[in-house]
Amino acid sequence: MSPIKLLERLIQLGFVLFGISLIVFLMMEATPGDPVEIMLGDSLASAEQKELLRRDMGLDRPLVARYLHFVGNALGGEFGQSFFHRRPVADLILERLPATIELTLVAMVVAVAVAIPLGIIAAVHRGGLLDRLASVGAMLGVSMPGFWFGILLIMLFAVRLHLLPVAGRIGYSHEVPAVTGLLLVDSLIALQPASFLAALGHLVLPAVTLGLAMAAILMRVTRTAMLEVLSQDYMTFAEAKGLSRRRILVRHGLKNALIPTVTVAAIETGSLLGGNMIVETIFAWPGLGRLVVEAIFARNYPVVQACVLFYAVTYVLLNFVADVLYTVLNPKVRL
Amino acid sequence: MSESAGPLAAATAATTPARRHLRELGRDGATMAAVAVVLLFALMALLAPWIAPQDPYRADFLRRLQPPAWIEGGSWAFPLGCDALGRDLLSRIVHGARVSMLIGLLVVVVATSVGVLAGLLAGYLRGWVDVVISRLVDILLGFPYLIFAIGLMAALGPGFLNMLVALVYKEWVLPCRVVRAETLAAREQDFVEAARALGASRRHIMLREILPNILSPVIVVATFRVAYVIIIEASLSFLGLGVQPPTASWGSMIADGRQFLLNAWWVSTFPGLAILALVLAINVASQGLRDVLDPRFAR
Repeated sequence: MSPIKLLERLIQLGFVLFGISLIVFLMMEATPGDPVEIMLGDSLASAEQKELLRRDMGLDRPLVARYLHFVGNALGGEFGQSFFHRRPVADLILERLPATIELTLVAMVVAVAVAIPLGIIAAVHRGGLLDRLASVGAMLGVSMPGFWFGILLIMLFAVRLHLLPVAGRIGYSHEVPAVTGLLLVDSLIALQPASFLAALGHLVLPAVTLGLAMAAILMRVTRTAMLEVLSQDYMTFAEAKGLSRRRILVRHGLKNALIPTVTVAAIETGSLLGGNMIVETIFAWPGLGRLVVEAIFARNYPVVQACVLFYAVTYVLLNFVADVLYTVLNPKVRL
Repeated sequence: MSESAGPLAAATAATTPARRHLRELGRDGATMAAVAVVLLFALMALLAPWIAPQDPYRADFLRRLQPPAWIEGGSWAFPLGCDALGRDLLSRIVHGARVSMLIGLLVVVVATSVGVLAGLLAGYLRGWVDVVISRLVDILLGFPYLIFAIGLMAALGPGFLNMLVALVYKEWVLPCRVVRAETLAAREQDFVEAARALGASRRHIMLREILPNILSPVIVVATFRVAYVIIIEASLSFLGLGVQPPTASWGSMIADGRQFLLNAWWVSTFPGLAILALVLAINVASQGLRDVLDPRFAR
């Protein structure tokens, strides 16, 4: 990518981030009710005390000043105090983030592990029974409401068969010293195989639920890319050279077919993040998504605001990286 | 008209594009089955008060968590069993179709209208109009769908109308992008050139010349989006941010059943099946429609 193009994209990125911050700010300005009243709840604060708190929170200043204050703070990682936890919102987010990252990564691994082999098989047997089964599966995957699929999984594997835990991240009996915050990694560092297995067991159902829709999309992308590659001259040439079919597919086919798949996977990671509110709610997963949902019902607006901003910024940055990655991998594409 | 054009003109008159498309669609069995299912759900939604076997809101604690008819303890008067308040599940599912269908259609129709208009303006007028609209689109695309809807619902409060607003806010962006791209391509074509040379107004060119020519992709996108919006509505209702109780909606019915997974699987399972059936049918039908209207995407 030429430096000028990159600069253009960066400016556009900055503009989008600015717009997002403005929308998130206005969203929360539009919330009904006085934040001071919500924060104090039923307490018997006097009018002066309320006024003091209002000034303390900067609520008496004009809109533009409050927006600038909000952006300035957000840039410094400062999102104010949670109404109820009485702790900085940034701390809450950081505390919940590893659980969400771990779930998202494992879901992505599940999706890729299912989608790429299926996509290749479908392309190689184009029009055959396997191809048709795979495309029916993909259609089901995108049409299935994720939260319902998760509940079915719980009913089958946790409630009926008692194979996997119903909810949570790891049993209470496990104490894993935090290093990275990712339990799978930390339990290995601490050499606690039992804890590792417990964490893995808790991850299976939420990760499968979250990865389902992505697997369906990735499968289609892999299939299309593989079909495209299979029709290329160099594939025919490789065949004419007498290379074995497996070798042709892996060495020549897969390598080229993976480029679009990787890009779509990167983009979809963003939407995985966006879909985790539901999955985390179903599986009582102590991550960011659950934090947002809890905060909404508690009318804990600073937390909602910070989380929405955090989600959107992460999403935009991931998409940006995916875009750049795509052009680097695939020089034919102009941004 | 010359002599030789006669038979040709007659032939094309007999097979207008619309009729040809319909005939092509008719030949595709899966698509026709999907269309039939969608129509069935639409009828169900329209006629809900007349065809639901029971009153969906009548609670009867004697029937609390009554199982489906084919399981011991069930009765054919309540074929799919009852929920925790003893309300008939089938009747609630039939009524729930109203919320899903209405939200799906209304959101997509309103959002598509807004998006088409914005896309036409951006693509045809270019200049600062295009800059403003396109930047707004970029910004809105920067939000993951559900988090945007959730944030806005948190601000507006739950309820049918607020959900409609929250979803339209984000949904118009997609048709707008499609229409803008198509308009950019169309405005350079001869028929637009010709209309401009004849002194047609910008409004006439946008609405009468360009719009009819770019309608296919817009319709294709819109039909797919109905399915997506229905899932988002169900998700919001599942989280308790959508339509409020006691109104029956599939998403909130699934949420109701979460506490009874151990002893009453039917409460969550059947509303979910309804969502799956409807969304699947819409997706399959849209795919069939796309293959006919927009052969570029045909597999």
